[in-house]
Amino acid sequence: MNLGPLWLSVQLAAITMLLLLVICTPLSWWLARTASRMKPAAQAIVALPIVLPPTVMGFYLLILLGPSGAIGAWWVRLTGDALTFTFGGLVIASCLYSLPFAVQPLMNAFESVDKRNLEAAWTLGATRRDAFFSVALPQSTRGYFAAAVLSFAHTLGEFGVVLMVGGNIPGETRVISIAIYDQVESLNYAAAHQLSGVLLVLAFVMLLAMFVMNRRWQRQ
Amino acid sequence: MSHDTLSIQFALSRPGFSLDVSLDVPMRGVTGLFGASGAGKTTLLRCIAGLERPESGRLVVAGQTWQDDEAHVSRPVHARDIGYVFQEPRLFAHLDVRGNLQYGRQRSSANGRRLELDAVVELLGLQGLLDRQTAGLSGGEAQRVAIARALLRAPRLILMDEPLASLDAARKDEILPFLDRLHAELATPILYVSHNIDEVCRLCDHLVVIEGGRVVADGELQSVLVRMDVPSLSGEEAGSVIAGSVSGYDAEYDLTSIRFSGGEFRVPGHHAGTGSPLRLRIRASDISLCRGKPAQSTILNILSATIDEIEDAQGATRLLRLRVGEERMLARITRRSCDELELRQGDRVEAQIKAVAVRGF
Repeated sequence: MNLGPLWLSVQLAAITMLLLLVICTPLSWWLARTASRMKPAAQAIVALPIVLPPTVMGFYLLILLGPSGAIGAWWVRLTGDALTFTFGGLVIASCLYSLPFAVQPLMNAFESVDKRNLEAAWTLGATRRDAFFSVALPQSTRGYFAAAVLSFAHTLGEFGVVLMVGGNIPGETRVISIAIYDQVESLNYAAAHQLSGVLLVLAFVMLLAMFVMNRRWQRQ
Repeated sequence: MSHDTLSIQFALSRPGFSLDVSLDVPMRGVTGLFGASGAGKTTLLRCIAGLERPESGRLVVAGQTWQDDEAHVSRPVHARDIGYVFQEPRLFAHLDVRGNLQYGRQRSSANGRRLELDAVVELLGLQGLLDRQTAGLSGGEAQRVAIARALLRAPRLILMDEPLASLDAARKDEILPFLDRLHAELATPILYVSHNIDEVCRLCDHLVVIEGGRVVADGELQSVLVRMDVPSLSGEEAGSVIAGSVSGYDAEYDLTSIRFSGGEFRVPGHHAGTGSPLRLRIRASDISLCRGKPAQSTILNILSATIDEIEDAQGATRLLRLRVGEERMLARITRRSCDELELRQGDRVEAQIKAVAVRGF
């Protein structure tokens, strides 16, 4: 069994997950705390990847990231490389694709951080930033765990967006879902079975871990 | 601008409520902010801490300007040197007791002062709790940890917002002795919000009365308490505090004698050693008056008094202010008795105070 595509998927999912945890922290904090009239609009934009067909997202990203697209052209000028059909492009696409799966659990966790605890921290000499890192963050570990598992698992399972933006380049953009599609197309069912089985078990184990942890925390 | 004064001016309006306060408070001892629920005491405290944004405000703490909205000066909450004790303990659940105590202490190095953890732990009786999780603490223990946490910030000013309000009577009695110790041993001034007059009489040296978002009286505790023009001090709970010192203890009858400028009081129980200062709280409705000394009475405390002022009220009862030695007391009697005895301002009367009704602390 050629495990190259699996390894590529795991790398993509891990990098995407780490980036999302960093990016979504300020975004989710703002969403959880703001009274701004822009909040519903921001929430709708964040949730778009859940309802949009991956092909639609992939199509827009292909245009945006392409060498003549706004982001793609800038990237070419900066690095000399294109973003489409590269691993870098996949990372950007995956971050957008899995964004809601990181934002939602973090937002829920931040919403349940008691404002009164933050006030207490400020009166004890903590700046807003200090209070966030020393009180809000440690009280939101459950949210971070859920955001990590969900964004990792969701990225591992992406197909449409990857196909549109990344294509099917071995070692660069051929992730596990693409490889399975390939094997099925060429009627190589045995290989398709093996890769699918690995993905199925992996997904189940990750979700199981999350729900087991949830139950344990609830009992505490 | 005096260095021993806390100068407070805040104006704020919210739907159905407005606060307009201008007040100077001494930077020593315990100052009670007393008033009914909804009078604006908590809002005022939050303004001082910087947790509330008033329309206009000015706050000068011992010569340091913390807020002056006209000059666009306003220190953020973390830069105001306060220790805030909230109604609920607000302990951090992700830290144990020690972690909670260290939280403020670690951040106090900025003001160049740091208190020793052990001293504060000792002061609030927290030995043995340090390694406990906060979830397992009783209400009284949690509130003591919260008080210690605020003290360990080594603040210039301590703000306490009804720290006993969320506790039952037994827990209150558990904490009050610790608050007495703070009062006695701590040089840091405390602003103490309460709607409980007994707490105020026990703990405070200075009293500010707030009604409907306005200051209606402020000054030294004993003189404010006997003002008859302050509605929240002349109702059911009207009374006075006199300060004396213990002059002896009668073990046979379990009575403590307390000497003050107007004579001697006897109260049940054993209070402090001879010579120790003791405050007595006497409710106006526990005093009765007669002309001339009664020959036989079950009342232990009979003091010669002069009528200072008689309330001009047409209800069933009247409030009188008496002068006893250098102290003043309030007495509430029926209007009928007042008329029958033809009591007038300046008259000499005998004030009888039931010993069991007097609270000593």
